[in-house]
Amino acid sequence: MILSAILAMVAALLATGIVGLVAARSRAATPIVYGACLLVTAAALALALDHLLRAGTGALTATLPLGIPWLGAHFRLDGLSAFFLVVVNLGAAMASLFALGYGRHETAPERVLPFFPLFLAGMNLVVLADDAFVFLLSWEFMSLSSWALVLAHHREEGNTRAALVYIVMASFGTLALLLAFGLLAGPEGSYGFDAMRAHAPTPAVAAVTLGLVLLGAGSKAGIVPLHAWLPLAHPAAPSHVSALMSGVMTKVAVYAFIRVVFDLLGPPVWWWSVVVLVLAGITCVMGVLYALMQHDLKRLLAYHTVENIGIIFVGLGLALAFRANGIAWAAALAMTAALFHVFNHSLFKSLLFFGSGAVLTATGERDMEHLGGLIHRMPRTAFAFLIGSAAISALPPLNGFVSEWLTFQSVLVSPTLPQWGLKFLVPAVGALLALSAALAAACFVKAFGVTFLGRPRSAQAASAHEVDGASVAAMLALAMLCLLAGIFPGVVIDALAAPVTAVLGSQMAVQLYMPWLTLVPLGEGRSSYNGLMVFLFIAVSALGAAAVIHRLASHALRRAPAWDCGFPEPSPATQYTAGSFAQPFRRVFGTKLFAASERVTMPAPGDLGPARIEISVRDLIWDWMYAPIASAVLRIADLLNPLQFQTVRRYLSLVFGALVVLLLVLALWP
Amino acid sequence: MALILDIAIQGAQMAVVLALAPLLTGIVRKVKARLLRRRGPSIVQPYRDLLRLLKKEAIVADTASWLFRVAPYMVFACTWVAAALVPSFASGLIFSWSADLIAIVALIGTARFMLALAGLDVGTSFGGIGSSREVLFASLAEPAMIMIVFTLSLLAGSTQLSSVIGYMLAGEVGLRVSLGLALVALILVSIAENARIPVDNPATHLELTMVHEAMVLEYSGRHLAMIELAASLKLLLYLSLIAAIFAPWGMASAGSGPADYAIGAAAYLAKLTVGGLLLAVFETSIAKMRVFRVPEFLGAALMLGLLGTVLLFVSRSL
Repeated sequence: MILSAILAMVAALLATGIVGLVAARSRAATPIVYGACLLVTAAALALALDHLLRAGTGALTATLPLGIPWLGAHFRLDGLSAFFLVVVNLGAAMASLFALGYGRHETAPERVLPFFPLFLAGMNLVVLADDAFVFLLSWEFMSLSSWALVLAHHREEGNTRAALVYIVMASFGTLALLLAFGLLAGPEGSYGFDAMRAHAPTPAVAAVTLGLVLLGAGSKAGIVPLHAWLPLAHPAAPSHVSALMSGVMTKVAVYAFIRVVFDLLGPPVWWWSVVVLVLAGITCVMGVLYALMQHDLKRLLAYHTVENIGIIFVGLGLALAFRANGIAWAAALAMTAALFHVFNHSLFKSLLFFGSGAVLTATGERDMEHLGGLIHRMPRTAFAFLIGSAAISALPPLNGFVSEWLTFQSVLVSPTLPQWGLKFLVPAVGALLALSAALAAACFVKAFGVTFLGRPRSAQAASAHEVDGASVAAMLALAMLCLLAGIFPGVVIDALAAPVTAVLGSQMAVQLYMPWLTLVPLGEGRSSYNGLMVFLFIAVSALGAAAVIHRLASHALRRAPAWDCGFPEPSPATQYTAGSFAQPFRRVFGTKLFAASERVTMPAPGDLGPARIEISVRDLIWDWMYAPIASAVLRIADLLNPLQFQTVRRYLSLVFGALVVLLLVLALWP
Repeated sequence: MALILDIAIQGAQMAVVLALAPLLTGIVRKVKARLLRRRGPSIVQPYRDLLRLLKKEAIVADTASWLFRVAPYMVFACTWVAAALVPSFASGLIFSWSADLIAIVALIGTARFMLALAGLDVGTSFGGIGSSREVLFASLAEPAMIMIVFTLSLLAGSTQLSSVIGYMLAGEVGLRVSLGLALVALILVSIAENARIPVDNPATHLELTMVHEAMVLEYSGRHLAMIELAASLKLLLYLSLIAAIFAPWGMASAGSGPADYAIGAAAYLAKLTVGGLLLAVFETSIAKMRVFRVPEFLGAALMLGLLGTVLLFVSRSL
């Protein structure tokens, strides 16, 4: 019943896409399409939430007479898909709400409106799919519709290149997943997930499948070194789509990983977790360091998604390690941490992308070096962005801290693992995780501080205006959810029991009945955290201190020019910029990792020209991995190019030759 | 009745850390002055400074936003809550479960996040330089601190500070290499976190050498008082943390009698004084290092912490 209702919602989204296509040029199309998306995804959200909280682990299935004739399309709703449906539809509803206002400024609505609902439908379908055919079809549908959205502003510099890189990586990812499902289906070609679940593959096949899934889902999620497309494509799309791509679509990729590796692939082997953990640790630190080097606000956020994917995969890798060793309670803890972070990241990354979209609308700028002082002109956006920045930096009492805390707790129970490789690896990954959390705080001090604080660095920033009500409502709603999930984490953890049980068969202790709503993941006296208490303590002490001081001491306030050690310079160019803020990080971390270098050109004495500093930061993974592959492809294409200019005679002999070779191969095949 | 008593003791703990924090700063300053053969201000001078600042009118730059005015209270509140969660004279207080060691570290992170933003708010070059360097130091000090927490909690089987102290008091610890590494790392982190020499100079008047002071350059009046108080509380927090973990002797535990609490309080005062003395001696005997040497300093702390953790991971199975 619930499943068919959700499928009906997906159909409604597809229909909305058609409405968007037909009516795109009329003025009413924007509110109609986004309004319909908001209503439909909100309904789907309610249905998924209902299933998640009430029905729990029970799985619903449905078969529609679509797709391959006589076989039909299979759909299934279990705890895991219900949870990811909640993530997808919450993000989608918020993006639609934001777009009700933001979409009015869209210069090319006919390039956005038809594809936006299709993108939402695609993500919903991936999560619901119960056979390889529907899964891959929806996956490709999701990729292509988001690709069309990346190309929405195709005349802007760099966007076509971003879209090209994206489609190449997306096709590559789908190919890897196709091969993975081919291996899972086995010689019988059973393409349904339940058949795959029933027949565990041999260890060698399973290992290859794991590699392929890491390539396929990992390239969509943005695991280093497959992240290269993500910071190009995510910022290129309109901001509400960037939010969905970064906050939600990467989570669909995480879903694909969990579904295949934890559900379909059979019992894991311990060294799988080594692969996942190493990749995750590198992804965490590299992602945040890349982000720190950026001065384009949206690109910074996109790179930062890479870091958060790393944190999620640390949790998944630990869950894999515990599961391989049969430590069910620890696996449940690590999986809960990963899924909690999935939920959290979908909240704050959407919020932050909405904020960057609001800034873009208000100023027309994405480059932080041209922003500044927006907290005065856009107070509500600034407030929401501040909450999002604090949440993503894993600061208590907000939600990002809780999921990182849970991940740390699962790192701390890992001495129980028997393998030596893991004993050395897990603490190192824990250190990388801690490093990336601290760097994330630095990154968001920079992002918020340079964009919203200080003095405006351009005329557009100085004359910005607060964005419309719908956009602000979406941002504030997400900020509120960040706070609520941070101070009532037990509610989220209990809701995560269904998905965790669905994949692992075990779950964390129920948190809701703990005294004072404290979070006690493993046991009293072992570790506990109470977000509500911390929040109340901070609020009471801050307000109390302010009240006492204002009442008893002094509340006089005088505005004066900035002090700045007696030499205030009126030009806003004297402020710290994004580049100068990141300079120490570039120097400490970047000289090796990004081949960062600075070149200062001083004018000759007496010359009144300005001195220049040129900074170069390179993506070495691009230089060493992607550029050689791309140039090799080009070289091979050049070699094969003459084949395009042959006579009919030559072509016919080529076809004949190919036929003979194929027949020979078939004849000689054992 | 017992609940009221527990809450009263928790309240006393909060009051004690708040009341003692400026005194500790005063002691350190006095000892440093004496070591430099100056007479130095009285040890209650920080209280006088705070009172004077509180009574003064606050001057706020034209370009400052609401964040500039909210940040001092937030910094103070987060630091105070974190400091109050570190056991001083007694462990196992009623609210001690509301945040474990990781959360205490993160609370200090929240305070720093607000302060670094406040440094950027006015839009001056000094504020920016301070914020940028502060978060650079923090980005290495925080993981080092988390590694220390890992070491301790792997030993004690808990990230709860009260449980860690219980474990250390139980006397089954013996001499452990990991603990030694953790202690050294914790001292390095404490020095960096509190902007002490050789990382930063709390008494500097040369702008380019300042980190913490550059960040709060624009503050005055009651806002500055809050920030100064928060800095004192942070110093107290780290000294209490070192004392509570590595020298937990004399500490009262939940449900002790008044005599135990008196002993605990006396022991705590003694520990703080000794800690302050050692810090002053250390600071006087060393020169400040260049900013870009600090990452090496903190990298050492991080490596020591990691080494301690890995040793424990490995030794579990031996």
